[in-house]
Amino acid sequence: MNILVFVKQVPDTETRIQLKDGVLDTSAVKWVANPYDEFAIEEALRIKERLGQGKVTVVSLGPDRVKEAIKYALSLGADEGIHVKGEGLALWDPLAVATVLAAAAKKAGFDLILTGKQGVDYDWSQAGILLAELLDLPHVSVVVHLELDPASKLAKAKREVEGGAELVEFSLPAVITAQKGLNEPRYASLKGIMAVKKKVIPEWTLAELGVDPGSVSESAASVRFVEFSLPPPRQAGRILEGDPKDTARELVRILHEEAKVI
Amino acid sequence: MATFAVLAELKDGVARKTTLEMLAEARRLADASGSGTVAIVALGPLGSDEAARLASHGADRIVHVEGESLAVYASEAYAAGVKAAVERLSPDTLFLGATSQGKDLAPRVSGRLRVGLASDCTGFELKDGDLVARRPIFAGKAFGKVAWSAARPRLATIRPNTFTPLEPDASRKASVEKVALPEVNARARVVGFEKSEGEMLDLTEANIIVSGGRAMQGPENFEILRKLCKVLGATLGASRAAVDAGWIDHSHQVGQTGKVVNPTVYFAVGISGAIQHLAGMSSSRTIVAINKDKDAPIFKVASYGIVGDLYQVVPLLTEEFRKALKE
Repeated sequence: MNILVFVKQVPDTETRIQLKDGVLDTSAVKWVANPYDEFAIEEALRIKERLGQGKVTVVSLGPDRVKEAIKYALSLGADEGIHVKGEGLALWDPLAVATVLAAAAKKAGFDLILTGKQGVDYDWSQAGILLAELLDLPHVSVVVHLELDPASKLAKAKREVEGGAELVEFSLPAVITAQKGLNEPRYASLKGIMAVKKKVIPEWTLAELGVDPGSVSESAASVRFVEFSLPPPRQAGRILEGDPKDTARELVRILHEEAKVI
Repeated sequence: MATFAVLAELKDGVARKTTLEMLAEARRLADASGSGTVAIVALGPLGSDEAARLASHGADRIVHVEGESLAVYASEAYAAGVKAAVERLSPDTLFLGATSQGKDLAPRVSGRLRVGLASDCTGFELKDGDLVARRPIFAGKAFGKVAWSAARPRLATIRPNTFTPLEPDASRKASVEKVALPEVNARARVVGFEKSEGEMLDLTEANIIVSGGRAMQGPENFEILRKLCKVLGATLGASRAAVDAGWIDHSHQVGQTGKVVNPTVYFAVGISGAIQHLAGMSSSRTIVAINKDKDAPIFKVASYGIVGDLYQVVPLLTEEFRKALKE
C-alpha cells in the first residue's frame, strides 16, 4: 500500500505572533511540522507496520526550509520525501495549494492520502478535503480512529463531531484528515536520524507537475488577506489573595452579584 | 441585486440555531448592500413549518433540494446538492456553519465550484460594496481580514455563537422553490453515532467552562472540577499538559491544538497559561484563574483570580456557588 502524507511546516505553537509593517513577522519564528500532520505521519507508519508492507512518502510544499519538516518525517520512519517548490505560488490560498498537491499526488501515485485536519497557522482546515474533491476521492475529516482492509478496499473511521463521534464507512483510495487522539506519535530514533543523512529529497517544480503557474499565482488567489491585526490586550484583573474561605466567598459574590455572569 | 445565501444545517428537518445566526448576518448584509435578497438552501427532509420559520427569521427565498441521496449527511451528495442550489440561485455569497458538518462540506463545495472559501469567520463588512471577512488565525493569536477573487459565490463558514438570530416576524414570507437532485454515489457514508460521556455541552457551545491543568496531578483529581461543573452546568476542559499526561481525553483540550472556545466564563484551574493555551481561550468574556503561583502568566489575562491551593479553593467555591445559586 502506497501511503502519501502531506506535511506543512508551521510556526511552533509556543510562538508569539507579531506584526511588522502590518504583515506577519516571521523572522523569529521556529518552524516545525504541523502538529496535526504528526498524527497523519504516525498513522501512516502504523498502517505500514501492521500490513508488513507498503511505502510511506511524505510531501511538503513551500520554500527550502520545509525540507526540515520532510527530514523530521523521514527520521520517524517515512520511506521517501518529496519537496514541491512553491515559487510564485499563493501559499496562503487553500485552493491554489490543493491544486498543486493534487498534481503531486497524481505524479507520486497512492492508495491512501493522510494529512492533518488543519494547519495551526492560517487555520483554514481546507487542504485535505479540497484535495479529495480535486482528485475525485471520498474523504473523512477530523479522524480519531481508522481501520483499513486493503484486500476489500473498504475502511472505517471515527470522526469527532459536536457531542460525540460519527462512524463513517468508505472505500479506498481516500483522503483522511487527522485529529489529535488518532494515535500517540513516536519520537525519532537515533538510527532514524542517522538514516536521513543518506536520503535524497527530490524537488518537484510546478512545471514538472504540469500545473499552469498563472492559475495558482498570487494574483489568481481565490482568497487573500487584506489586513492583519492582533487581539486587544486584556484589562488587568482583580486578583484575590489570603484565606481560601474568604477569597472563595468573595469571588462567588463578584461573579454572581457584581459581574452577574453566573 | 446581490443574493446572500445560507446553507441551513438541519437536524431532523429543523434548522439549528447556527442557521438562524447566519440568517441574521445575511439579512444585515443584504439590507446594507441595498435591497439584496436573502436565500436559504435546504438539503434533504425539511420539517413542515420550517420554511415559514426561516422566513420569519429573515429569508426571502428558499431553495429546497430533495433527493434520496440527501437523507443523511454525506459530503459528496451534499456538495452536489449545494451545487444544484447555486445553479438555481447564482448567489454572490454563500454562508455555511463552521460546525463539524459545515467544515467538512465547505471545502468540497469550494473545490467543485472553484471559488474561494474563508473559513471560521467571526465578522463581515462591506467595503465599497465588496465583502470582507474577519477571521481568527493562529487560533486567535492574530486576526486576518480576507477578501475574495472575482469568482462567485464567495464561500464562508461562520463560527457558531457569533451572531444573534433576529426576532421572528411572522408577517415575513418567503418563496419556496424545489429542486430535484439525481442520485449521487457517495463513497463515504455516516453509519453511526457515538455520544460522548456525560450530559455536558460541547466545549465550543458551552457558556461556562472549567478547565484543569498540570496542577491537577492525575486523572482522579478532575473529580473536584467535575463537581464544580455540575453545580454551574459547565463543561470540563483541560490544558495540553493534562491531556498529554493522559489524565483526560483530548476532546477536552482547549488551546491551539485543541478547541478554540469563547464562553461567558472560563475557569482556568491550575493552568499556568502557556501561549498555545491562551490562544484558545483568550476571547472568553470573563476569565477566572486559580493558581498557587501569583506570577503565573494566566493572571495577566484573568479578569478575576485567586492565588491559592486549588485543592482548598475549588471545593470551597463549589460550596459557595451551590449556596448562591440555590437562592
